Amino acid sequence: MASITGSVEIEVRRPRRSVVVGVLLVAWVALYFVLRGIDTLVLGGQETTALHRWLTEHRDDVGQGNVFFDAIRIAVDHFVVLLQDLISQPSFDRPVPAIGWLGVIAISAYCAWAFGNWKVAVLTAAGLGFVGLQGLWQESMDTLSLTIAAVLLSLLVAIPLGIWAGLSDRAFKVATLVLDLMQTLPTFVYLAPLTLFFAIGPAAATIATLIYAAPPAVRLTAHAIRSVPPESVEAARSLGSTRGQTLTKVLLPMSRSTVVVGINQTIMAALSMVTVAALIDAPGLGQTVLKALQTLDVGVAFNAGLAIVVIAIVLDRVTTAAGDRPWRTANRRRRLLLAAGAVAVLVAVWFSRTYVWAAEFPSTVNVGSRIAVIASDVTDWVQNVFGGFTYGVRDAVTNGLLNPLEGLLTGSPWWLVTVVVVALAFVLGGWRGAVPAAVCLGLLVATGVWQDSMVTLASTLLATVVVVAVGLALGVWAGRNRRVDTWIRPVLDAGQTMPPFVYLVPFLALFGTSRFTAIAAAVVFAVPVTTKIVADGIRAVPVATVEAANSVGSSSWQVISKVQLPVARRAITLAVNQGLIYVLSMVVVGGLVGAGALGYDVAAGFAQSELYGKGLAAGLAIVLLGVMLDRITQAAARRTENFTTRGDKR
Amino acid sequence: MTAQLEYPDIQASDALLSVQDLWKVFGPKAQRVPRRPDLAALDRTALYAKTGCTAAVRDLSFDVAPGEVFVVMGLSGSGKSTLVRCLTRLIEPTAGRLVFEGEDLRAADEKRLRALRRSKFSMVFQHFGLLPHRKVIDNVSYGLEIRGESKPDRRRRAQEVIDLVGLAGNEHLYPEQLSGGMQQRVGLARALANDPDVLLFDEPFSALDPLIRREMQTEVVRLHREVGKTMVFITHDLSEALKLGDRILLMRDGAAVQLGTGDELVGAPADDYVRQFVRDVPRADVLTLRWIVREPRPDESLDGPELGPDVLVREATRLVLESDRPVKVVDGGTLLGVIGDEEILAVVADTN
Repeated sequence: MASITGSVEIEVRRPRRSVVVGVLLVAWVALYFVLRGIDTLVLGGQETTALHRWLTEHRDDVGQGNVFFDAIRIAVDHFVVLLQDLISQPSFDRPVPAIGWLGVIAISAYCAWAFGNWKVAVLTAAGLGFVGLQGLWQESMDTLSLTIAAVLLSLLVAIPLGIWAGLSDRAFKVATLVLDLMQTLPTFVYLAPLTLFFAIGPAAATIATLIYAAPPAVRLTAHAIRSVPPESVEAARSLGSTRGQTLTKVLLPMSRSTVVVGINQTIMAALSMVTVAALIDAPGLGQTVLKALQTLDVGVAFNAGLAIVVIAIVLDRVTTAAGDRPWRTANRRRRLLLAAGAVAVLVAVWFSRTYVWAAEFPSTVNVGSRIAVIASDVTDWVQNVFGGFTYGVRDAVTNGLLNPLEGLLTGSPWWLVTVVVVALAFVLGGWRGAVPAAVCLGLLVATGVWQDSMVTLASTLLATVVVVAVGLALGVWAGRNRRVDTWIRPVLDAGQTMPPFVYLVPFLALFGTSRFTAIAAAVVFAVPVTTKIVADGIRAVPVATVEAANSVGSSSWQVISKVQLPVARRAITLAVNQGLIYVLSMVVVGGLVGAGALGYDVAAGFAQSELYGKGLAAGLAIVLLGVMLDRITQAAARRTENFTTRGDKR
Repeated sequence: MTAQLEYPDIQASDALLSVQDLWKVFGPKAQRVPRRPDLAALDRTALYAKTGCTAAVRDLSFDVAPGEVFVVMGLSGSGKSTLVRCLTRLIEPTAGRLVFEGEDLRAADEKRLRALRRSKFSMVFQHFGLLPHRKVIDNVSYGLEIRGESKPDRRRRAQEVIDLVGLAGNEHLYPEQLSGGMQQRVGLARALANDPDVLLFDEPFSALDPLIRREMQTEVVRLHREVGKTMVFITHDLSEALKLGDRILLMRDGAAVQLGTGDELVGAPADDYVRQFVRDVPRADVLTLRWIVREPRPDESLDGPELGPDVLVREATRLVLESDRPVKVVDGGTLLGVIGDEEILAVVADTN
């Protein structure tokens, strides 16, 4: 009954808010036609502002020569190089790495078997073998080295932090605050400032990755420790355990499987970041994809993208299997088998150090070039056959929606855009939305890349509208129908584990280089998370409420629109928020395939030293856009939340 | 209204564990509540409104004798679980004294406290508090492990208690493979393993279904007879309290309402709350003849059968009803009084 009262209230309120929004938008368009072209803060591709030049000049002040950062960089660098020497790069005066492909596959499969089960061991061997056959062994091993280095280092930091946050309430509050903030920042954003401190190269890439990958491990470790039943802890204390004994014998073993889930997420995040870090000259598969994207070689990009996906699937399955392993310790038979396996692994490693065939992946069968050729052929075929259609869609959307929106944002005077956005933020989220919006827009003007920011914002908004529409439809469907949910969820999960780079490849084939390509990739990237949140929100609507609605004879559409959506409003606002952030980070990555704007500025900043300052400013602008969009949607969500609780109390 | 004023019991020097003026207050600046008489006198709602504090245990005093089964009973929220945790300072008391074998527990430092918990006290928990990642035998030997005993020693000792509580054959299973009753046997075995002087039970059987619960209660009675440990037993179940307890402390809102033996609670409730509490108890099973004797009337003959004062009413019913003269209740040669049909029937028919 309570929720029905709530929804009535919403019905009364909503028109008023939407009328205000409509009036604001109409006024904006009207003013645009009058004020078009004034104060638009245009900045050409090679142009820079005083701030940018100042940043470029001072790039070395913080990083180079600073003992602290240099020490970190060198230590991390050595660690990465050590791993590379072991498995990917020629080392120790030998023309091949210390451990050849046979040894690496044997060790990986053995670990997969020992921590998981034999099925994932087979998958590991097959996956790595396939990557080798693709002709990408060394690149894959570089990616793997960087990932391993970043994951080990981030776990080294994250797990103690997580334990601390699990044990202390104060640390937990601080950690949640910081992690929430970190999660709203797009991937790309970490890269720019880090190059300031750690120069360009594997070290900076590893550090960027570890920062990006640590939060899930911290969060889940803390969560795991906190969800150990208090009685078990009390029982341990009542028997006279010291704090250390309680931690090592009770809390940690009991949190194991949740911590492993955290490690899984950390690994997946690390892998996707390592590939993106190709932008700051990290070696590996990302580099191959990036180069191919830049030369528009879809075949090679697809081949390398496929390798990333295969590695992602292997890592995901193995860690998931490790997390699912029950408490039971190994029985005698398994222990014997493990010992025998260890011997076999040693033999394989010895082979791989002794014989060339086991050290260098044989290049006789190169599946990779064939995959690349097929992919190119398919692309050409698709472009020839559907080219008219896909390009038509692209041009229709670009000319019909994107250009007008972009024109409105870039053509209006900056102060008009600022006023309108702040007013909208106020209407939607009150002061909590308006104040951050004003601050962020002000700072955006200061960064000097206002116009590029507006271009990025236009693409982001358009993509978000599509994402929310698709996500709502799929989410409601999956939320109402268990069978749909069971088959849609694995697809969504798989979608979320892919590194963002990979998404660009097929869209590049379909739509060529354009802003639309980035938007389409962003939509596909962001739809899974949006759908999941909406589906969970719909599922969380109390069964009794839905039954009550059905019992008075509502149609399905009435149940959805009058009961399920209004009750799940908070989840939907969260879905919009997450959709926005995901879209933003993808639109930025899309800068590489012709979307231009901020993403391009950042990439150019990495590539050309005289544009370094501008790239940094563009990175900052991305953060500002992200924070602004996040704050506004969060504030809107908070309003909704207050609203529902008020409604519920009646 | 501390209860032992009305029911003076064992001298403090005889007590194994003595609790004096114990307070546990949750909330901001909790220490001021026991110190200030004006705050200490407030009831639950008034105290919370005024200070934001809740007194889970207020001004409790009692002694536990060696070998005794001391039951603390109350409804949920009456502070009994907090009380039992205060006894070993799993929860730090706000004020009061705790004396165990003449030693002031509240003065003990962390290390001494650990030593006491390792050898003198053990606790059994409502939801068992087992470690799911350890086998039964490793759960049982946990307490021995953390005090640093060698593996063969703790295996041997763990096996002993596992046999004692009837878990033999399940040593190498994991807790999740056992039923609730069996899991609590593991909890019991773990508590017994380090051979404590005092066993603390925090509603150990309330998560079990009624049949298993009765079985486990019988098990505790048996263990008490066999190992003779002192037990402090928390429960919200009156029949459990009456079945197990030598003495029962009834709590309400953190304070003591009445302390006494089971038949004292039933026969002489201290106030209406206790009366309500014990109303549904089959009195004939609890009360002894001592509670229903009366002065013989002048016209009555005193040559009827004799019974002791501690015989349960239920057990005396047949004899009294069959006898045509009043039954004499005799304690060590002194005549306490007589019992006729109407006294017996008043109890059995429960016209309370």
